[in-house]
Amino acid sequence: MSSDLVVHGAEWTVKELFVYPNEFIYWSIQIVMYPYMTGLVAGAFVLSSLYHVFGQKDLKEIAQFSLVFSLALLPVAALPLLLHLQQPMRAMEPLLTPHFTSAIAAFGIVFSTYGLIVLSEIWFVYRGYFVAQVHALRDQPGLGNRIRRLVYRGLTLGAYDVSEDAIAVDHKAAKILAGVGIPVACFLHGYAGFIFGSVKANALWMSPLMPVIFIMSAVVSGIALCMLTYIVIMEWQAFRNRRRGGGTQASEIRGAEADVIAKSTRYLLGFLVAAISLEILDLIFRGYTAMKSWDILRSVMFKTDFIKIFVLQYTLGNLVPFILLILPGRTIKRTVVALLLVLFGVFMMRWNVVIGGQAFSLSFDGFMHYHIPIVPHSVETFKEGLFGALTVISMPFILFWIINKFVPSLDRDIETG
Amino acid sequence: MSCSRRDFLKNTVAGAAAAAMPACSVILRTPDEAKAMTEGSKVRWAFLVDTEKCVGCGLCVDACKTENEIPYEAPVSRTWVERYVVTRDGKTRVDSPNAGRDGFITGEIRGEEIDPEDIDKAFFVPKLCNQCDNPPCVQVCPVGATYQTEDGVVLVDREWCIGCGYCVMACPYGVRFFHPVHKTAEKCNFCYHRITDGKEAACVQACPFEARRMGNLRDPEDPVTKVITNERVQVLKDEYGTKPHVFYLGLDEKVR
Repeated sequence: MSSDLVVHGAEWTVKELFVYPNEFIYWSIQIVMYPYMTGLVAGAFVLSSLYHVFGQKDLKEIAQFSLVFSLALLPVAALPLLLHLQQPMRAMEPLLTPHFTSAIAAFGIVFSTYGLIVLSEIWFVYRGYFVAQVHALRDQPGLGNRIRRLVYRGLTLGAYDVSEDAIAVDHKAAKILAGVGIPVACFLHGYAGFIFGSVKANALWMSPLMPVIFIMSAVVSGIALCMLTYIVIMEWQAFRNRRRGGGTQASEIRGAEADVIAKSTRYLLGFLVAAISLEILDLIFRGYTAMKSWDILRSVMFKTDFIKIFVLQYTLGNLVPFILLILPGRTIKRTVVALLLVLFGVFMMRWNVVIGGQAFSLSFDGFMHYHIPIVPHSVETFKEGLFGALTVISMPFILFWIINKFVPSLDRDIETG
Repeated sequence: MSCSRRDFLKNTVAGAAAAAMPACSVILRTPDEAKAMTEGSKVRWAFLVDTEKCVGCGLCVDACKTENEIPYEAPVSRTWVERYVVTRDGKTRVDSPNAGRDGFITGEIRGEEIDPEDIDKAFFVPKLCNQCDNPPCVQVCPVGATYQTEDGVVLVDREWCIGCGYCVMACPYGVRFFHPVHKTAEKCNFCYHRITDGKEAACVQACPFEARRMGNLRDPEDPVTKVITNERVQVLKDEYGTKPHVFYLGLDEKVR
């Protein structure tokens, strides 16, 4: 097949039995990444709001970090969508000519609303810090400091009032934004669930439970990623301090960290139970009502995708970390293993929904198998292959590293909202 | 002039009610709705497939690919023909190699040779876009690049399609795909460029046995309309509520 004759999907789809000629796995790894990354954004924000709105004081440390981390995750949630488009140059059209009967037409609007909320909340939380930096860097020599001061001056947006009243207003604004942000974050992700749940042609996707399941698993994955990143960074800082000979400080960090982790774990477990219950309910309901599609769904779930669904997702990704987290005498190492497994479990859930939903033909008489392109040999096999996915997954960490240079979310000594 | 709070509220309510009255008596209609109410389209295209007449020669698929510039070797097609073989053991085997383009010239079905003695029944079913009255593909297009004309045909604007694939996912009939060259959503449009010019669709013209025909449902004298209204016809997957407009004569319950 010549290069200009690439049929989208043919590269990675293997058909079995009777599949309509035009059927391929059109939504591949990037559409797995899309709800996964959106879920992480929403979950990270919900975790930060637990402190800002509900005043869970012991979550303060991780709340600040989660807020900034959710900003780093945010642009990356839209990246997979861009990468999967056949006409990426037309990506702005849903904003220019939105066709509102489509579930994805409002993506840009929901996404930008949410982005504005996160940005403004961060601004209110860190404004005092920005002003302090502008003053602190005033007489510092060197081009680097001058540039940094210029950036901070820009970040203050000209609001230099740091009187008690002004700061109190900041706190109040941050709290309101965090409160408004929770439903918007849930909407952002529930909406991703709706995109799938409303496709009546797809027997696996079509379910009113889909948005709720998506929200629950989103919060689970968001909390897990924030906890994991937080632990890794804190351990790294402690390790660095120990090398410098600051032994006592290292143990303090460990103590503070343990409290935060214990509290976050409780929330994680709660949402995990909710997510699994809904998924099991969905499965039982499908089996009990046994509609026309049940025969093919059953063969996908219990035969072709059994390992992916029941072994990797439910057992390794849900049950094992649940036991690891709930058993007494939890250590940081065990928590890290459990968190990695939780993240893997949620990823597998997204995979089993997106790829699993295309694993059977609309004829209900055949199967399609997805073989993810590993070594790219074209733009398409890069974008929609392993390396495209790895690019997406590594982006938030790079962005966080940059953002954290100016908005130090991990520094305890900074007084913020 | 003095105005108490009570008077102010009273007047406000009265004023709002008075302002709302004329608005209630007017119903807002989109230009399309208004047009449909006043004149209405004189044409509603429909397709009639007589499965009893189809011999699986594949000339329709061949003609469609040529007419609509779908690369000949690409494994996608705007229309295709399925072969069903039901054997005595109750099994149904279905295939559509190369979308049926080259005809069904061997008795082999998906690598399996079936003894003719074992066959209860075998038949061919041509498939194409159903030009639904309630098209899910139009509903889900985020930019309005796919739309329904007033004579019922669903079209795709290649200049505006972003290639998200949502329409491909939303179609219960699997008729949509990405054009290998244009990289936009693609599907059968009843050869809209031909039928609006008084010609027959390429597949209809190519069919030697009149298994494929097209007509105008709004014209009671149209021979195809007469068949659809007077004979027992069937549509595919009506459980999805899409109101398909490709009608089948002699459709077997095994057809998916």
